[in-house]
Amino acid sequence: MGSAEQISQLTIDGLMVGALYAVIALGYTLVYGVLQLINFAHSEVFMLGAFGGLFASRALVPDGGATPSGLASAGLVLFGLGVGALAGATAAYALERCAYRPLRRRGAPRLAYLISAIGASLFAFNLAGKEFGRQSVPVPELFTNGTVLTVFGAEISTQSLVIAASALMMLLAVDHLVAGTRLGQSIRAVAQDAECAGLMGVDVQKIIVATFVLGGLLAGAGGFLYAMTFNASYTMGFVPGIKAFTAAVLGGIGNVRGAVIGGLLLGLVESFGGYLFDASYKNVIAFAVLVAVLLVRPSGLLGTRLGRPA
Amino acid sequence: MSGLPHQPRQPHQPRLTRLPRLPRSRRVRSLGIACFLSALAAVITGPSGDADHPLAGITGSFAWPRVIIFVVAALGLWAALLSGGHLASPVRALSARARAAMMPSTSMPPTPGGDGAGPPAPAGPLRRIAAPVTGRHGARLGHLALLAVALAVPPVLSTAAQQALVGEIGVYALLALGLNVVVGYAGLLDLGYIAFFAIGAYTTAYVTSAEAMPWHAPWQINPFFALPVALVVAAVAGVVLGGPTLRLRGDYLAIVTLGFGEIVQLLANNADGVTGGPRGVFGLPPLSVDLPGVRYSWGLNPLPYYYLLVVLIVLVMVVFGRWERSRTGRAWTAIRQDEVAAEATGVATIRMKLLAFAVGASVSGFAGVVLATKQFFNPQSFGLQASLLVLTIVIFGGMGSRLGVVFGALVLQGTAFLLRDTVPPADRFIYFGAVVVLMMIFRPSGLLPPRRHRALPRQDVPGTPAIPAAAGAGLVGAAVGATAGAGQDSALAPGAAPGPAPLPAPGASLGSGASLGSGDAPEPGPGAGTGPGVGPGAEPAL
Repeated sequence: MGSAEQISQLTIDGLMVGALYAVIALGYTLVYGVLQLINFAHSEVFMLGAFGGLFASRALVPDGGATPSGLASAGLVLFGLGVGALAGATAAYALERCAYRPLRRRGAPRLAYLISAIGASLFAFNLAGKEFGRQSVPVPELFTNGTVLTVFGAEISTQSLVIAASALMMLLAVDHLVAGTRLGQSIRAVAQDAECAGLMGVDVQKIIVATFVLGGLLAGAGGFLYAMTFNASYTMGFVPGIKAFTAAVLGGIGNVRGAVIGGLLLGLVESFGGYLFDASYKNVIAFAVLVAVLLVRPSGLLGTRLGRPA
Repeated sequence: MSGLPHQPRQPHQPRLTRLPRLPRSRRVRSLGIACFLSALAAVITGPSGDADHPLAGITGSFAWPRVIIFVVAALGLWAALLSGGHLASPVRALSARARAAMMPSTSMPPTPGGDGAGPPAPAGPLRRIAAPVTGRHGARLGHLALLAVALAVPPVLSTAAQQALVGEIGVYALLALGLNVVVGYAGLLDLGYIAFFAIGAYTTAYVTSAEAMPWHAPWQINPFFALPVALVVAAVAGVVLGGPTLRLRGDYLAIVTLGFGEIVQLLANNADGVTGGPRGVFGLPPLSVDLPGVRYSWGLNPLPYYYLLVVLIVLVMVVFGRWERSRTGRAWTAIRQDEVAAEATGVATIRMKLLAFAVGASVSGFAGVVLATKQFFNPQSFGLQASLLVLTIVIFGGMGSRLGVVFGALVLQGTAFLLRDTVPPADRFIYFGAVVVLMMIFRPSGLLPPRRHRALPRQDVPGTPAIPAAAGAGLVGAAVGATAGAGQDSALAPGAAPGPAPLPAPGASLGSGASLGSGDAPEPGPGAGTGPGVGPGAEPAL
């Protein structure tokens, strides 16, 4: 494999992982934009979504059966994504309801939200470990994986294509939702000035819930996509969670398009960095990026406002 | 509640105007909450499932004989929730009245959903009366009694209990005392705290043994001298991590420290040629005293380690107690309550935060020495869950309270030890997570709130020890009053709000100060007209 092909392959891989980070990062960014809080339990929403999608597709595809193809595959992937998204949204709603809203009612200090979210995260992933077992579980094969096409010598598998296409569609949908719908307008209004938005007739409470649910939908579907490549386990949320957070900060936390750019960029950096150093240091690289961004430009590449038309 | 003929009306009225909701929908809602909590409890305590039968654990949780217990529990909880408002209001009214009359009825039963305030401090004449029992002198006597119990009880316990006292309670109490400086005093959230514990342990291995790790010092020293070495190394590590990151805002700091903890564990695991990798480190020489005339070696028996830990814990508590009341401690308080105001009044915030970080790290290094000399350890001992466990202990015991965090370690880890046969160790963290969330909601000040909140040191600045008068006490007083008005601190000093009127707290999050809280806002105490009800985010929609 020549070096040009290698670069091309690393780029493709990086973009694919980056698209996943972007999908998760949107959840951090949306919640941050509205509440100015880092949702520490978002990684568990991602994990629960992955399990939701996994069990749904397991229920339809029996072990040892023939790998489905054609329309059946597409339907199964969509079904898994949908169930994953629903599971994620439910988890995010429950999280908001149990760990955030009571504190908001009591006017708790910032630190309390962070701690409460960490407690919720601890609770959720250990409960998942108890209920779903503590070893990693593969998603059944929903389609025959193989090389579909080659771009500059890089091989693109069906799986990458499916992941990239789903992630792209979700990103476009969210971008449209936030920039061009009434709900998005309300979200942006609350992000800009919650008190004023309330006075203008926006139901702030509802918008907060909607933001959590939206982030949960994305994270759940993203979790299913992630599990297709890397399997699902009860601790799977932690590392992608930190990386997605890094992506959100990199692009400018609170900024929707920033999260997308940050995710893709982080995927590329990680892919090339992992090649240059060692694959086991990928996490260290992502973490170094986070620290560097926070020190050099805490507002990220695109600035930190959700209020602006992204 | 028989002796309360007329009281319920008075606090009842604002509740009605505040929540214009049909009683029926409220009943349904309470039923929903009760069922949800009960079902959650059933699932948590129920059997486990696995990946092939993901629903087995859940269906097993609602199997026939079990389900009765939880249905009864749900109905009981529903009844409690429904009557909660009626029960809590007279209690609250009574306690407010009692305080107004300065009668010694100061303890309020903490009702679920009621306010999380600690026992209100006696004021005025009562304080003089109660001084011999609750004052410094009485407190000292109480502490000595606790110490006596701590020294006398362990020898009669079983060996397993003694092991738990050392490895699970003592070491974690020491760790919690260190994290308490970072979280409780300076208000910084450190989620990678256990990394310093690891650094302390590996440092000990490095300097005391030539065989334990592939990488070792050219000379070996007595493990006792590893204590200062580990202290310094861990403190330096704290400064190295804190130097660049402490300029960040609180939640960024949390995530960076989270990553740091992960990296340290990753390095310990991957750097096979240095640390021994996943195999871990064992065979360190035990602690020993080798002086002319005195020869003693800590062997396999846990009891000597226990007493060593008691000495270390008492030492750390005494030192931190004095530190807390010093200029440094006041600076930490100021930073915790309002960093901007603290900086404006001349507190060197970065340096002080760095100091808190280094101090916390060095205590963690201490604990690492004890761990390393006591037993085998490997990178698995330093995972994220251990960090979160220490945090849980601090939250549960009471952020900022030395005695509280030691009690937190004793109660949480002790319960885990007692239930070790009924609850699998891996499931403990489900309960710990639930404890953290519940504490944050119902009792953010913890089991034993720090003294400065219980006492009323000065009438003009609620909830804080005196600030250096020369440093513009007026400004700090106002700013501190503002945060206390919007934050949790005011809930800890009920009736103590005759301070300056709360200003909008900087950086208050969305709903802060919205007076919808179901009675968590300090009720109007005697002559206290300045509750947090006039806080910044008085949002109609929330």
